[in-house]
Amino acid sequence: MDLLRVSTAGSVDDGKSTLIGRLLFDSGALSIEQEELMRRKSEEKGLKDLDFSVITDGLVAEREQGITIDVAHIYYASQDRKFIISDSPGHEEYTRNMVTGASTADSSIILIDARKGLQPQSFRHFYISSLLQLKHVIFCVNKMDLVDYSEDRFLEIAVDIKKMVNKLELNAEIHILPISSLKGDNVLHVSSNMDWYQGNTLNEILHKIPSQSEQKEEILFDVQLQLQNRVLGRLVGGKLKLGSELVAYPSGEKVTISEIYRGEEQLDTAEQGDSLSLGFNESVANLGRGTVLSSEKQWLRKDFIEASLVWMDDTPFSNDSYLIKSGSQEAKFEVNKLYGRINPLSFELESAHSALKINDIAMIQFSVDQPLVLPSYTENKALGAFILINPKTNNTAAVGFIK
Amino acid sequence: MRNRHLYDLENESIYILREVLGQFKNPALMFSGGKDSIVMAHLAKKAFAPAAIPFPFLHVDTGHNFPETLEFRDKLVAELGVELIVAYVQDSIDQNKVQEERGKYASRNALQTVTLLDAIESNGFDACLGGARRDEEKSRAKERIFSVRDDFGQWNYKKQRPEPFQILNGKIAAGENVRVFPISNWTEEDIWAYIEQENIDLPPVYFAHERKLVKRDGAYLAHSEYLNLVDSDEILNDTVRFRTVGDMTCTAALPSKADTVAAVRAENRASKSSERGARIDDKRSEAALEERKKQGYF
Repeated sequence: MDLLRVSTAGSVDDGKSTLIGRLLFDSGALSIEQEELMRRKSEEKGLKDLDFSVITDGLVAEREQGITIDVAHIYYASQDRKFIISDSPGHEEYTRNMVTGASTADSSIILIDARKGLQPQSFRHFYISSLLQLKHVIFCVNKMDLVDYSEDRFLEIAVDIKKMVNKLELNAEIHILPISSLKGDNVLHVSSNMDWYQGNTLNEILHKIPSQSEQKEEILFDVQLQLQNRVLGRLVGGKLKLGSELVAYPSGEKVTISEIYRGEEQLDTAEQGDSLSLGFNESVANLGRGTVLSSEKQWLRKDFIEASLVWMDDTPFSNDSYLIKSGSQEAKFEVNKLYGRINPLSFELESAHSALKINDIAMIQFSVDQPLVLPSYTENKALGAFILINPKTNNTAAVGFIK
Repeated sequence: MRNRHLYDLENESIYILREVLGQFKNPALMFSGGKDSIVMAHLAKKAFAPAAIPFPFLHVDTGHNFPETLEFRDKLVAELGVELIVAYVQDSIDQNKVQEERGKYASRNALQTVTLLDAIESNGFDACLGGARRDEEKSRAKERIFSVRDDFGQWNYKKQRPEPFQILNGKIAAGENVRVFPISNWTEEDIWAYIEQENIDLPPVYFAHERKLVKRDGAYLAHSEYLNLVDSDEILNDTVRFRTVGDMTCTAALPSKADTVAAVRAENRASKSSERGARIDDKRSEAALEERKKQGYF
């Protein structure tokens, strides 16, 4: 059995929580207690249909305001596959949570209200999906029951989606389908209300998408700790073998792998994603936290580094020094150039006259006070992504993607 | 064939456990003797092997534990060679910091928050590892892996730090501490599958056994001196197991013949009830757990 990580996004009231509730309900994944609660709450509210949002809106404030505020992680399994869904909020002010939810996902579902068509948030969420280089983006045109299951309306929106998609050079597969989460059309069950749609249901698409993360050739090992003469950390790229010769950055020391442990088990080879403990032929003194073992020299960088940045903190960007964290590496960070902000509707770069504020997406050039191993996000997702920490508040202020 | 899914979860949890040692000076592992904290302890052993687990276990003892759980705790701690720190709810009661609840539903579950916060402060812990899982309950589903708590141990969902790519930010100010949940992404089924795969020992209460019970509101509670009995309570003997183990006063048993891990897994899979459906402490209201979390519960 494999695992697919999916994130959901969409404008407020497009019905994300309802969609997830519907998926769980039709898959038989809800417990007796959840079904009872849902029926009781729906009755209390005098609703004809079941109120599925009761399942995912886990905070009192969410249930009171009828909106999703924070990312919820939902787990369910079918016969063939396990799923982790991150249900992200639709409100613009919570966009940072969408980035967070989608960052660990293989694919994203973007919901669109059939009555309203594309909304500013649809563009923003699609842009973020492309920034994260998700391999599959699924557009669900929802609430088809409220537009009389009209094929014309669906095609109209599909054309708008394709126009939006064509604005970006994208390496993702796009799926577009008409659904009603409230009524259950094309979620798990084929809709009898939309004979004109011959494509897959959402559930079918979720089972067809490959879940394997991309395997990288180049070896990258992120050192979290040194305990005596071993280093503990994670192989975030490539395959490691006994006898592999690597360079420890930033020191430049050469090391040869003599022992590979995963837990208490000794291995000859290890694969990407493994949490390992390594021993070396050489005596190692300075391979502590923040060291990266690698075979690729050109990734060690200090100046003129280009990146996209999504601002996530309520406090806008200021000229204070921020801390950059990529894997276990940390350094002081300084912006040299602000190329501009991405217009979330046209996806064009516009010059930025004011400070970056929450949910802004910007293109920057930066430098760090000591050299770090920073591959591009395309070359390695684990070390090509970073966060910025505001040292005054300790908050995570931004997430970035190395160009 | 190895279970790919458990393999990935194990990699992720070990990464988180090592981040704790990498980012904090004085961490502790909150150990309750329940299956989730036992799995967490097993993962901690793997994370630092061949070295011993480099932080103490902290047990908040409500005084209302299953005796089997305490016995198991002491045996495991001795095997692993870790230091055990026990904080007693009874001490908080004796110091008049909390008041024992009264009546039929009296439980020490809510009281333990105060004892926990005191233990964190007096031991100067800056990070406490907990075995909470996001699939347990819907406010847990909103929890981060590194959950920053203020001076008063309180959880504020509005101030949760985003964790893109699981890059964990453990920077805190003096007085603050972090709750860390390394098995956030495991489900109940994953835990049991892992227990089976790794041959992990559990306290016997998790498997079918005969026990004296109190039937109340349709639920079976373990008979114990800690339960305030009322006239409508029915006392009986039956073969049961516990799906979740907390205090004797607030965890319900289910009639079961499942006496092996495989049998328990099969029974759980066939059941439509949720795991926390057996937690009487959660049934107080829809927001019971969120309220307790806000006050500093783990």
